[in-house]
Amino acid sequence: MDDAKASRTVTITNHAGMHIRPISLVAKLANQFRAKVEVIKDNQRANAKSVLEMLSLGGRKGEEVLLEATGEDAEAAVDALARLFANKFHEDETDGPS
Amino acid sequence: MKFADFISPGAINADLRADGKEEVIREMVQGLLDAGKIPANEFESIVRAILNREELGSTGIGRGVAVPHTKHPSVDQLVGTVAVSTEGVDFDALDGEKVHLFFLLVSPQDRPGDHLRALENISRQLRNDTFCRFLKQAKSPEEIRQLLEEADNNQFGV
Repeated sequence: MDDAKASRTVTITNHAGMHIRPISLVAKLANQFRAKVEVIKDNQRANAKSVLEMLSLGGRKGEEVLLEATGEDAEAAVDALARLFANKFHEDETDGPS
Repeated sequence: MKFADFISPGAINADLRADGKEEVIREMVQGLLDAGKIPANEFESIVRAILNREELGSTGIGRGVAVPHTKHPSVDQLVGTVAVSTEGVDFDALDGEKVHLFFLLVSPQDRPGDHLRALENISRQLRNDTFCRFLKQAKSPEEIRQLLEEADNNQFGV
């Protein structure tokens, strides 16, 4: 089953949105999976293993993105990434963007 | 937001001499100083702030690109510059690759939105491989200015 697919819609809940530090965590985590993982916002797709691509989505607090994974560990990848989004990327609410 | 809104043409550097993280940042901030975009007495403070930000995690975002940046009280609008290193610099980038293309940003304390829009614009344009490759191959500040202007006019189809 190497063409398993998984997807989930998540909300950006950290104060500063998808700036470099949270995105770096997403990329690091996504890189631990073999599955191809994409983050999709407003029909724009970004490779979840690429900080540069995700930065171009310009995700702000309150906006929704779709996580889509393809590959044998797709479900686990989506699970892990959804948790990171839900945990506000471990960011303090008072942090500014960076 | 367009490149023209925050890149200082006079600070663009097509031939970075520096070969280390701190040296790159110093050389680029010096460019902003020479272009009259930051006050001389704030030079060290701005360099230090950018280095402190790098300590939190490299701004080397992959594909040979880095976006060193900071907020700083000495500027009242977003200022930035571009530099190219032919040799490439070890910048602790997330993908482990050397960095050839730098966008350095200094933003006012109270305008986080501008900063994010600038990063969004930079990364959106750089997703275009042709634009990214042409910038890395640029041989003069004038050539870089031209490429940024073409990107602003959507001539790279993004």
